[in-house]
Amino acid sequence: MWKPLHLVPPNTRIDFMRFHRFTFILAVVMTLASIGLVAVKGLNFGIDFAGGILMEVRAPQPPDLADLRGRLGGLGMGEVALQTFGDPNTVLLRLPQQEGGEEAQQAAISKVRTELCIGWDYRRTETVGPKVGSELVKNAVIAVALAMAGIFVYVWIRYAWQFGVNALFAMVHDVVTTLGLFSVFGLQFDLATVAAILTVAGYSVNDKVVVFDRIRFEMRRYKTMPMGEVVNLSVNETLSRTTVTAGLTFISVLALFLFGGQVLHGFAIALMWGIFIGTYSSICIAAAGLLNLRHSRIRGDDEGAKESGKGAARGA
Amino acid sequence: MLHFPTWKTAIVLIVLLVGTVLAIPSLMPRATLEAMPSWFPKQTVTLGLDLQGGAHLLLEVGMDKLIEERLNTALDDTRAALRKANIGYTDLSIKNNAVSVTLRDPSAVETARDLLRSVLTEGMEVADDGSALTIGYSESGLTQLKQHTVEQSIEVIRRRIDETGTLEPTIIRQGEDRIVVQVPGITDVEELKRRLKSEAKLTFHMVQGDGGVGAVPPTMMDLPQEDSARLLRVEKRALVAGENLVDAQQSFDSSGRPVIAFKFDSVGARKFGDATSKNVGRQFAIVLDNKIISAPVIKDAILGGSGIISGNFTVETARDLALLLRAGALPAPLTVIEERTVGADLGADSIEAGKLACVIGLAGIIVAMIVLYGIFGIFANVALIFNGILTLGLLAAFGATLTLPGIAAIVLTLGMAVDANVLILERVREEARNGRSAITAMEFGYREALGTIVDSHVTTLISTLLLFLLGSGPIKGFAVALLIGVSISLFTALMVTQLMTSVYLRRSRPKVLPL
Repeated sequence: MWKPLHLVPPNTRIDFMRFHRFTFILAVVMTLASIGLVAVKGLNFGIDFAGGILMEVRAPQPPDLADLRGRLGGLGMGEVALQTFGDPNTVLLRLPQQEGGEEAQQAAISKVRTELCIGWDYRRTETVGPKVGSELVKNAVIAVALAMAGIFVYVWIRYAWQFGVNALFAMVHDVVTTLGLFSVFGLQFDLATVAAILTVAGYSVNDKVVVFDRIRFEMRRYKTMPMGEVVNLSVNETLSRTTVTAGLTFISVLALFLFGGQVLHGFAIALMWGIFIGTYSSICIAAAGLLNLRHSRIRGDDEGAKESGKGAARGA
Repeated sequence: MLHFPTWKTAIVLIVLLVGTVLAIPSLMPRATLEAMPSWFPKQTVTLGLDLQGGAHLLLEVGMDKLIEERLNTALDDTRAALRKANIGYTDLSIKNNAVSVTLRDPSAVETARDLLRSVLTEGMEVADDGSALTIGYSESGLTQLKQHTVEQSIEVIRRRIDETGTLEPTIIRQGEDRIVVQVPGITDVEELKRRLKSEAKLTFHMVQGDGGVGAVPPTMMDLPQEDSARLLRVEKRALVAGENLVDAQQSFDSSGRPVIAFKFDSVGARKFGDATSKNVGRQFAIVLDNKIISAPVIKDAILGGSGIISGNFTVETARDLALLLRAGALPAPLTVIEERTVGADLGADSIEAGKLACVIGLAGIIVAMIVLYGIFGIFANVALIFNGILTLGLLAAFGATLTLPGIAAIVLTLGMAVDANVLILERVREEARNGRSAITAMEFGYREALGTIVDSHVTTLISTLLLFLLGSGPIKGFAVALLIGVSISLFTALMVTQLMTSVYLRRSRPKVLPL
């Protein structure tokens, strides 16, 4: 048997906490910048949220987009967005929401169908009316907010409020910067993106919990060690796992991005970013954030003995 | 660690076996599966519309229009009742979703109230305030009306789709006044929408004369004719309506033109018979969705309860209309407020892309795990493959729907599922570094990592559960697959690898772990 590879050499001791003030400020800046960006530039909402009509059409040979744009633009249905999708024969066609209520959307589809050539294959047609769009936005916001609240409460109960607060802040940072990324690059933001963002939130905290678990353990083992050293030690001890899991999850999402088809692109991009930023924020925000809060009670004998039998068992 | 109890081994093996059996039908080509003997499990994963192609329509039942119509009828009924009873009134109108009327003589309020109560449709109530009366839906009446209307609409939709035979639609109520219609494998969605949206409200009215001249009396209405621009003035009150039809078929008249032959039930036949015998020589209008399709002259009393509707039909349109009439009229108009249609080609392409992503993602992880953890990486890989198989098996067993985002969830789970093994193995390495023997290090690794694994999985499950509860359509598919995948990974990554590890340790008794 060969010797398995150690990605992070044993006894690695990187002083992550040396820059904790800097990374913390960076996180605040990134979060605020993302919020500002979303507020000013906005998100490129897909039809799920903005309403409108989306059609994926495949022609026998690569169609002339300029001609198509001209013809469809002449129908008086507002700005028609056209782009090739995946391969040159396939065109994604998007119309804004039509004035005149739900019936007008249906009328517009028929108009497009008569304008396009015979023999084209309608691979996909999606219409979201004004009412549904706003409801989907509402549900998405509720879902993300509840997920964050739920995770925050769980971490709070399972660890301590300091951990909960840091996990929450790091999670908000991860989610908000993902939104920022979508805003910067004008990536389409739709229902699948919301699913991706919730997954990012879940993954982000999953990663933090592992580091937190170790920090709590080491805090009890070395009761007098300065908090900075405890965190550094714990982060280094879990570094191998953190990088391996991030790497493996990244591999699977990369496969999704490269081979999973055009429809899942935005979804995969959000997840790839989420894995990267989630790992970064575990170390540089969630763990580092613990340095800024007081922890006397968590390290006290009374609670330590009661809460963690395993800590005592191994501490010897 | 060396000792893995026999009962545990048995449970693990049984679960793996059952899971695999459940998954096998979904992994086989359809043709092979159909050729298998009858004892063979046939339950496969249901593919979402985005994978098998089909139409998803979200319809809204036009309650506003229905209520408006009902109030108009109540208005007419009120007028007729008050006139008949010689009760003077003013200001008869519809205000704030209710009919309001003021009586000339305040002392007649009680008589009028009782009178109106007796003529009103179910769910409406009469309130009085001095000499003014208001007639409208009570809250419970309104809820009941909505409930009833949506149920009835679903029934009609089902009949309309079922008439075509081969389709297997899913029709469910969503929220207060919405209906989801999912039809897999449908190609002509425009035709489906047309069929669902026609109200197919058929009524017969006496014709008064030409429309469009002078003021329209309150008991009359002007309606357009289908084959000419001329309006006809007809009585508002219908002689008989489509709900009394028991049958309608496409047929031909004596000169060979396509017509619709219909048959009334006994009530309809009596009403129609009465009306036609009283009005021989006069013209009556056959009205479909507020359009006159023909206005024949009554030659004789029609007593048998059957007749024909002629009009500007082709065989096709006559057949379609007959179908709609058989299926019944919609109680309220339907609007398509969301539509998602996927062609079968795109669905097949998505499946192929999903499979490819799965295989490549899996291959990448398998290689990485072997490079990183050697023999224990192989154990984790075996567990990982079982994770995929069991996920598929459970999806099939629960009758859950696999969507494109669901495939994405399976691919994503690959990465997340090995996390438990990574946590354990990293921990084992640490323990070994701290000087523990091979077997105790392994034992401690599993035990110490357990708490962390549970905590970290719970946070993922929280967000996934919310996605499941609040998400719709394909997103629910994502949540279900992730929920099942991550839950199963707790079993595969802990129990399955532990079983393999214990067998390995017992067999080779290594002094130093090859880790």
